[in-house]
Amino acid sequence: MINLFKVKAKQKEIAENANGKAPVKKQTAGELRLHKDISELNLPKTCTISFPNGKDDLMNFEVTIRPDEGYYCGGTFVFTFQVSSIYPHEAPKVKCKTKVYHPNIDLEGNVCLNILREDWKPVLNINTIIYGLFHLFTQPNYEDPLNHDAAAVLRDNPRMFESNVRRAMAGGYVGNTFFPRCM
Amino acid sequence: MAGSTLQASRSRDLDKLLLRPGNLVEPNFEPGPELRDDLREYARVLVVGAGGLGCELLKDLALSGFKNLDVIDMDRIEVTNLNRQFLFRLEDVGKPKAEVAAKRVMERVSGVNIVPHFCRIEDKELDFYSDFNIIVLGLDSIEARSYINAVACSFLEYDSDDNPREETMKPMVDGGTEGFKGHARVIKPGVTPCFECTIWLFPPQVKFPLCTLAETPRTAAHCIEYAHLIKWDEVHSGKSFDPDDPGHMQWVYSEAVKRADLFGIPGVTYSLTQGVVKNIIPAIASTNAIISAACALETLKIATGCSKTLSNYLTYNGVEGLHIKVTEFVRDKDCLVCGPGVLIELDISVTLQKFINMLEEHPRLLLSKASVTHRGKNLYMQAPPVLEEMTRSNLDQLLFDLMGKVPRDVIHVTGMSRKDDKKVSSLMKLRVAFKGVDGVVDMDMAGGALFHRLTDLVETQWWDMTPEL
Repeated sequence: MINLFKVKAKQKEIAENANGKAPVKKQTAGELRLHKDISELNLPKTCTISFPNGKDDLMNFEVTIRPDEGYYCGGTFVFTFQVSSIYPHEAPKVKCKTKVYHPNIDLEGNVCLNILREDWKPVLNINTIIYGLFHLFTQPNYEDPLNHDAAAVLRDNPRMFESNVRRAMAGGYVGNTFFPRCM
Repeated sequence: MAGSTLQASRSRDLDKLLLRPGNLVEPNFEPGPELRDDLREYARVLVVGAGGLGCELLKDLALSGFKNLDVIDMDRIEVTNLNRQFLFRLEDVGKPKAEVAAKRVMERVSGVNIVPHFCRIEDKELDFYSDFNIIVLGLDSIEARSYINAVACSFLEYDSDDNPREETMKPMVDGGTEGFKGHARVIKPGVTPCFECTIWLFPPQVKFPLCTLAETPRTAAHCIEYAHLIKWDEVHSGKSFDPDDPGHMQWVYSEAVKRADLFGIPGVTYSLTQGVVKNIIPAIASTNAIISAACALETLKIATGCSKTLSNYLTYNGVEGLHIKVTEFVRDKDCLVCGPGVLIELDISVTLQKFINMLEEHPRLLLSKASVTHRGKNLYMQAPPVLEEMTRSNLDQLLFDLMGKVPRDVIHVTGMSRKDDKKVSSLMKLRVAFKGVDGVVDMDMAGGALFHRLTDLVETQWWDMTPEL
C-alpha cells in the first residue's frame, strides 16, 4: 500500500528539490545503447561518420563511404541513419542520399541489406551495419535486386556494368536516368 | 439525502475490501472508512491512452473508488474505434479521445473528476508525471511504454545501501491486448522488473526484405508493403507517408491492387492494407474488458494495500480455450533504467579527465577508455574522431559544472571493463554525488559501504581502504 499522506508530503519535497535542477532531459535506453555503439565505432579508413545536429544528437547521423576497390572505387556515397528510441529492438532506418547506379540500392535510396530488415538482431550494432554497407560496394549482388536493370546488367554483362557505374559516378545518363557526379 | 444513499450503495462492494481486516492483505493495510476517504481525496491516477483499454480503464477506476483521474491521449476519435471504445458516439468522430472519454465518464459517475490532456506524452514535463501516485498504461506501442517507463523510473532514488527509497517509487500498471491475447503487469520500479528489464520478451517485428518486395512478391502483404515502402517514395518525392491520412492509405491500397494483379496475387483489401501498414491486429472488445479489469484491480490494491498485488506479469490467452497465467519475472540488476547503478562520491573540484581516470581504478568498475554521457549531453566521446574532437575541450572542465551544478545525478559511461582478465565492452549507470553540496548531506552515510571517497584517495592506493565488495 502506498501511504497516501506521506507520499503527498514527500512529492512536494522532491518537486521543490527538483526546482534547482537544470532542465531535465530523459535519456531512453535506446539512446544509451546507441551512445555505446558510437563510442566504440571502429571504422575502416574508407568510412567516415558525421553528426549534422551536433554532438548531442546521436540518433540522426550520416555515414560517408569512399570505396577503395571494386566497381565503385573513387566514388563518395552518403547514407543517412535514423535510430529509434527503442533501438536496438528495432533496426535503424538507413537511406542512401547519393543517387547511385547499384543493383541493391534503388533510385529513391532504399537499401537492400538483410541486417537492416529481416535479419536484424539486437546483438548487431552500428559498426556491423556500416561494414555491411561498405560490403555492398565491394560486392554488389545481382541476386537481391532493388534496381532491376542494374542487377540484370551486372549478371549478364559485368563489363558493361562497370562502364555504366563509371558513367553514373562521373555524372551522366545510364539509360534514361541521370546520375549526379559523386566522385 | 438521495445522494448519500447513492454513495453508500456505490461503495458497498468496495467497503467489503477496504473496511474489514484480512489475511491476504499487504502488511501496512489499515482498514477503515478513512482509507476509503483517503483513496478518494488523495489518490491521483494517470491513465495513459484513451483507446480500447483506456476507455475501459477510466470506467473501471471511476467505479472502484478513485475520484481524481487524469487521462492523456494524442489521438482523435475515428469511426473504426466505435465498436469497442464504448465511451464514444458517432457524433464524436474527429474529437480528441481524452476529452470525450473524460466527459462521458464524469457524466455517468457522479463525484469523479477526470482531467483530459490532449497531447503527446512527450509534451508533458517530468513534473506533470511526478504528481501522480500511480500510472496506468493502456498503450499499443513499445516506444510509448518505454518512454513512460523511463519517466517513472527517473523519479526512483536509492539509498546508500542500494535499496530503493519507497517514497520515490512511482508504480505502474501496464495493460496490453492483441486480438484474443493480453497482459497485465505491475511495475514497482526498484522492486519488480521495469519495462526495460524485460524488453527482450517482445518478438521482433516481421519485416520483409526490400528486394522481395521489389522483385518477387508472393503475398498480399508483400504487395502492400511494396506500395507503402517503395512505390510511395518513387511517386511522391520528398513527401512522407502519413498512415493517418485516408487519402494516403487509399493511394497505397490502389497501388497494392495493381501490383497484386500484375503478379496474380489474391487478397489485397483496404482493411488488410491498413492492417499491414499500421501493424494493426483486430481488437476484441472483451479482451480489453478483461485486461482492464485486472489492471484496475491491481491499481486499487497498490493504492490501498487491501490485497497483495499480482507478482508480476499476467498473461491472458483466449485463442484456444482460455488460459491465464501469472509469471514472476525478475529484475535485471544492471538495468540502465531502473537499476541503482554504482554510487560514487566526488569533490566538486574533479575535472572530467580526472573522473575518467578514476573510473579505471574503481574496483567495482575497472573501466578504461570511458565515454561519458549525462542526460542526453555527451560530455566526452572516445570515438569516432569527429566526436572526440568536439568533446575534448570538456576534459579540463569540472564535472560538477558540466552536470549543471546539481548535487547528485545519474550519468552513464561506456568503455572497456576487466572481468576475469578479459576485457569486455560495457555500458554502466553511475550515481554521482558531490560532497559538501546541499542535498548530499542528508544522505544516509551510515551503511555506505560502497560510498567511495574517490577524490581523496585517487593518488594513493585508495581501494585498499574500502570494505570487501
